[in-house]
Amino acid sequence: MTLQFIAPYLLPAIVTVPLLAAICNFLMASHHPRLALNALFGLAQVLLAGLLLIALSLPDTVVEMRYILAGWSAPLGIELIADGLAAILLMTTAVLYLVLSVYSALYFTDKNKGARFWPLWWLLATGLNGVFLAGDAFNIYVTLEIIGLASVALIALSGDRAALVAALRYALVGLLGSLCYLLGVALLYRAYGTLDLAQLASLAEANPLTWAALSLISVGLLLKTALLPLHFWLPPAHASAPVPVSAVLSGLVVKASFYLMVRFWLDILPVATTTLALQLLGVLGTAAIFWGCISAYRAHRLKVMVAYSTVAQVGYLFLLFPLSATSIDAWKVSGGALAAIVYFVVAHALAKSAMFIAAGNIMFSYRHDDIDGLRGIAREQPLDVFTFAIAGASLIGLPPSAGFIAKWLLLGGAISSGQWWWAAAILFGGLLAAAYIFRFLNVVFDQSQAAELSAQRHARPVPLTMALCGLALAVMAILMGFNAGWMLELLSVSAAVSA
Amino acid sequence: MTQELIYSVTGIALFAIGLFGLIVAGHIVRKLVAINMMGIGVFMLFLATALHGPDTVDPIPHALVLTGIVVAVAGTCLCLWLAISISKLDNEKRKNPQQ
Repeated sequence: MTLQFIAPYLLPAIVTVPLLAAICNFLMASHHPRLALNALFGLAQVLLAGLLLIALSLPDTVVEMRYILAGWSAPLGIELIADGLAAILLMTTAVLYLVLSVYSALYFTDKNKGARFWPLWWLLATGLNGVFLAGDAFNIYVTLEIIGLASVALIALSGDRAALVAALRYALVGLLGSLCYLLGVALLYRAYGTLDLAQLASLAEANPLTWAALSLISVGLLLKTALLPLHFWLPPAHASAPVPVSAVLSGLVVKASFYLMVRFWLDILPVATTTLALQLLGVLGTAAIFWGCISAYRAHRLKVMVAYSTVAQVGYLFLLFPLSATSIDAWKVSGGALAAIVYFVVAHALAKSAMFIAAGNIMFSYRHDDIDGLRGIAREQPLDVFTFAIAGASLIGLPPSAGFIAKWLLLGGAISSGQWWWAAAILFGGLLAAAYIFRFLNVVFDQSQAAELSAQRHARPVPLTMALCGLALAVMAILMGFNAGWMLELLSVSAAVSA
Repeated sequence: MTQELIYSVTGIALFAIGLFGLIVAGHIVRKLVAINMMGIGVFMLFLATALHGPDTVDPIPHALVLTGIVVAVAGTCLCLWLAISISKLDNEKRKNPQQ
């Protein structure tokens, strides 16, 4: 009863709390470290997202929550909207932010870097939450730019040349992507006279202007999601950023633009999509899986390997589009492609962040991440190697991890819709992922010259909390595999009503 | 109607020229000018759309363009700062090649 009363106010609170955190951290620039403050904001975010999830899964409540800002309704005003899909992504963001905020408080030992890091860190969260709740096409542009600019500044934080060059390239790609998106929105506004997503969905017709708008929006979003062949900026940017930033960029930022792709293709402008275009996205996704895995296998640096693994995992996400089309009702019931992909998104966010933390801790300990130079470290860094291994198991899709459930659901979708070729791509991609993960594990478990190598290396001990943060995320990725039910139910409820 | 069409076509042409420049240009400042040109193209299309309605001028595109300009300024500043930092690092390296 009380929950239903406060539920509508959750939406503006979810955007405001991280913004407040950014301002607080900006004002407290001289304080160091800031573990308690930021853990508190992280907890508040988890609490709000949790309340939203509960409110949306109550049996008698609406499946979609709206908040009309300042009482101005569409088309003039801006609405915030949350359904099951948005709530799950908000929860993922909140959980990752909580763990990574604790990690960051220990990671940034340098006071100056810490002072610059925290406001940008929470601004990024504001942008992410804003994207997931946006009910307005122009508001999406603004939140995308908040994400883009905050990410660029965060990548550049380490200040070395490689990071600055990667940040500059990412900034140019981000601006180009946003402008393509904005041009698409301009065309939509010209055609339909509204920016409200729900109104656009009901007004949209299949005509050349809508096709042009959807193409421009998609190109912009694909640039930001780094789907092959637009992935060239991702490996240097994700590999040269500070560890918690890499984790959030790979785990959440590419998912924000992917979430918008899902919204535009399946919710807002499904009239303008064609089977050919949906299949093309699947082909690009498959190419990304193969190219990403091969490049990850050939990488010499650990963080570059993990970044290329993101290119491959982004490829899987795009299998949603062909799998949702031919079996047009399949993704609306609980076993379908959308549920599988959302599962995949959450599993990848947890596992990839855990993997970046493990890689970052190894880098912290040895001051480099050259894979050949890490021979036999499993005995010195057991916790981080263990984290890497179980996160890797989820990425490969070994049971009982969340990655396994996601791939299982995807395979089911591919076979039930009669598109066996995507099933082949999913299975082969899993094998390739196993190849690069076991290549690294092979090196670190090689004990042949362990004693002499370890004497040369002078490993710096990693604080236990930093190692535990990674382990916590990796364990969550495994535990998610054990209770898939509630999430699938929440998604099926919201999909059934919007159908 | 014709006036609106001229503005719209010019806007899209500016976007296309900017995109071409962004891909072709080698220098970072040229790339930034190209990106800003693309942005101006989009803004012009928005402003032309304000005339698109039946009789009165639609105020919403103006608000959108204002927001867009603010974002463009912020993005350009950040890119320029990065470019300056990179060239500073390069100059230092040129002065002390031993490091």
